[in-house]
Amino acid sequence: MAISFDNALGIHEHALQARVKRAEVLANNLANADTPGYKARDIDFQAMMQKAQNSMSGFNMSTTNSGHMDTSSPGADGDLLYRTPNQPSIDGNTVEAQSEQTRFMRNAMDYQASFEFLSSKFAGLKKALKGE
Amino acid sequence: MSLGNIFDIAGSGMTAQSLRLNTTASNIANAETASSSTETTYRARKPVFAAIQQSMLNPGQQAFGSSGDQGPGAGVKVEGIVESDAELQMRYEPNHPAANEDGYVYYPNVNVVEEMADMMSSSRSFQMNVDVMNATKSMMQRVLTLGQQ
Repeated sequence: MAISFDNALGIHEHALQARVKRAEVLANNLANADTPGYKARDIDFQAMMQKAQNSMSGFNMSTTNSGHMDTSSPGADGDLLYRTPNQPSIDGNTVEAQSEQTRFMRNAMDYQASFEFLSSKFAGLKKALKGE
Repeated sequence: MSLGNIFDIAGSGMTAQSLRLNTTASNIANAETASSSTETTYRARKPVFAAIQQSMLNPGQQAFGSSGDQGPGAGVKVEGIVESDAELQMRYEPNHPAANEDGYVYYPNVNVVEEMADMMSSSRSFQMNVDVMNATKSMMQRVLTLGQQ
């Protein structure tokens, strides 16, 4: 029986990739905090994870006919969505630096958590291979 | 899509903000530079920021499974520096060496209060980009320890 890394590592690999993408999007928002007309963007992490989880468990809805409707939420493919600002500024910029900053930090913490899970999966595999 | 891109994004933000700080410094330094004609008077300079889209950097190379403008973006760029068209200050100073025949000198249209606020804003934004870079650095350092314990 071959070891399937997909089964062994579980969802954490997908989570880590999604976190990296989100970090990039948030960093871009922060870099453009003073750009007139720039619209803050973000990805829907929850919808992305839901989709990854469904495809892993094999219970996702498949569209086999052109008449079938896509039931997943709009952000499930990792598409960038626009943020609704609390206080839009007069130059059309919707970046709220403080909230973006907290989101970035939170994302970095979640990244570390996902990373710890992934790391412990590898530690478990190592232990199994050594047979100690 | 990788953590390395974030360094470029934060770097572009820092470059843009330091250029903004540079124009602010120049404006404040020249706030009292008088001259005898409107043409030679210093005018306040302002940078124009614009977002860089990833599709502009590498056309034809779209992220897998995405359509159109779905790249996370690639930071900010300075499109150019424009001079303010606010009115110059005309002051009656007949004893000034640069005074014209009517005794007037022209002072730049620099609003020092505005420049100070701009300075604070740009230095805060600069700090924010530095924070992003530091957070990314620690994320990358953790990746390097994968599978070590």
